[in-house]
Amino acid sequence: MRITKHPILDFNRGKKITFQYKGQEITAYQGETIAAALYAAGIRVLKKSNKYKRPRGLFCAIGNCASCYMVVNGVFHVKTCITKVKEGMVVEEETEKGDIID
Amino acid sequence: MILLINTDLLVIGGGPAGMTAALKAAKRKAEVIIVERYHELGGQLTKQTHRFFGSKSEQAGTRGIDIARGLTKEIQNMSEIKVLTEATAQGYYEDKIVTVSYQNKFRKIRAKRIIIATGASEKMMLFENNDLPGVYGAGAIQTLMNLYGILPGKKVIMVGAGNIGLIVSYQLLQAGVEVKAVIEADSEIGGYLVHASKIRRTGVPIYTGHSVKSAIGESSVKGAEIIKLDENWQMITGTERFIKADTICLAVGLRPLVSLLIQADCAMVYVPELGGDVPIRDENLKTTNDQIFVAGDAAGIEEATAAMLEGEIAGLKAASEIGYLSEDVVEETRRLKRELKKLRGGPIGRKIRRGLSKVRGDDNVKKNRYSHLR
Amino acid sequence: MLKRTGIPTSDDLQSVTPDKERLLEGPVAIIECFNEIPCDPCFYSCPFKAIKKFDDINDKPELDYSKCTGCGNCIASCPGLAIFVVDYPKNRLSLPYEFLPLPSVGDKVWGLNRAGKSICQVEVIKVKDPDKNDKTAVITIRLSKKYLMEVRHIKVGDLDE
Repeated sequence: MRITKHPILDFNRGKKITFQYKGQEITAYQGETIAAALYAAGIRVLKKSNKYKRPRGLFCAIGNCASCYMVVNGVFHVKTCITKVKEGMVVEEETEKGDIID
Repeated sequence: MILLINTDLLVIGGGPAGMTAALKAAKRKAEVIIVERYHELGGQLTKQTHRFFGSKSEQAGTRGIDIARGLTKEIQNMSEIKVLTEATAQGYYEDKIVTVSYQNKFRKIRAKRIIIATGASEKMMLFENNDLPGVYGAGAIQTLMNLYGILPGKKVIMVGAGNIGLIVSYQLLQAGVEVKAVIEADSEIGGYLVHASKIRRTGVPIYTGHSVKSAIGESSVKGAEIIKLDENWQMITGTERFIKADTICLAVGLRPLVSLLIQADCAMVYVPELGGDVPIRDENLKTTNDQIFVAGDAAGIEEATAAMLEGEIAGLKAASEIGYLSEDVVEETRRLKRELKKLRGGPIGRKIRRGLSKVRGDDNVKKNRYSHLR
Repeated sequence: MLKRTGIPTSDDLQSVTPDKERLLEGPVAIIECFNEIPCDPCFYSCPFKAIKKFDDINDKPELDYSKCTGCGNCIASCPGLAIFVVDYPKNRLSLPYEFLPLPSVGDKVWGLNRAGKSICQVEVIKVKDPDKNDKTAVITIRLSKKYLMEVRHIKVGDLDE
């Protein structure tokens, strides 16, 4: 849920854009990170842990931890908490570890 | 394409310490590059909606967001400073070069002096199900809420009654989120009592001597089981209580981000009062590597005002060493150190003072205990 | 106990409350700042020099009640939002407020004590524009004399709740 009125802050959101998440179309505002936009759309589980497949969500939101890694436009291990969302992006959950890109 | 960039001063980290360090050096005409991981400068200041404490002469009474805006603007107006955003310092090499991934490109930077102001990361806490989505660091909540205007949840349990826990609780209330309780393991509130009182009077209970036993939920948090602790911080069985919430916010401390310092073979020392491993340095924040200074939370966890003063001291000294001398350096350095001493002078600063007494290793320089890993 | 609960005790409060005589004279600031923290903006905010200059920035603020006019300038300057103005003869209290929605003059709202308990209904008689004080509103309420020293926050919204 996005905040519209705040006693201290003004949120000047950028223009609306859309991106794909697991085949679903998500609306976001320019300037938002992928994780923030997903969160605003009510998506809390961003990936599953490698070994025990436990759900993982945002934890640090500043690029320190590895809790928000996702596959973005085919690239694995993208830190979605510090990567801005772009029009038409394809975002997927990580189901494997990924490999080195040629 | 230029792959190797030469500069006078490289500042790693564009938060409060890095920004003031860069400004101080650039005002003496040093050429500065700031490497910042995020899209914009400001670090954690950009999420601090509250008015700062400290001395009026050092911006007390001003909100953190406004301090960040002011410093960012000043930096943008300095032709001596080049800012690389979305840039992460990757490593420090024997030939004194720092490699940087800059907007997905690889760059090398050679600087005469380096100030490492990488800040801190949040500490985790052990309890059952602590990996459930809905368990966040306080910084994450601030980022979502104060930077992007996105509510982290509807009902929050705050863990930790230090300043961060208390301040973020207040910020949650301001955003219209219900704070169910503040849980603190210690028998006393650690943060400023004025922060505690201002959330308490809105009706938020503060449970000292309590901890979280487990988070409850399948795919995300539905609540937490909290429990009373005895004076030795051991859980008292039978005192468990369930609190319904969709978010558990952890504000249980910070740890200096020092990996670059370790890699650059700076002598390190473990100082619990400062949050973990920190580099040994002199009073000008120079580490045992002659090229490298440290400032801000990377030097030890403290308030942003102290970080800004440390940045200024390091920036001034680095510029002088590179050769940008100005008449007022001695007097200005003295003034900054005086301000810092005043700030740390009271009972609140006791812990910091005790910690700092362990990092001036001039006579007893400790080895980097990670050297064998290099 | 304040350090365990965040609620100041009556002993704490006594140390920052002027005597009855001064209270009866008219508005006066009450600075509920109980630990030594490095902070001094209140000193600079006072046009009457009623708040003593800090020898050490970590000292607790000291207010000279004879110089304080109760103007309320200090209320929004305090980063800890710990300063209130009590006008005993007129049954008024001024407090800092950083929440939405802002109440309007004439509104009846809940008065909350230091533990956050709604203890009485109060009437809003003045709302100082938050934009004039860098987003901190200063709200003046009228309330029963017996709650003047108890109420420290307000809750805007349905009184029936």
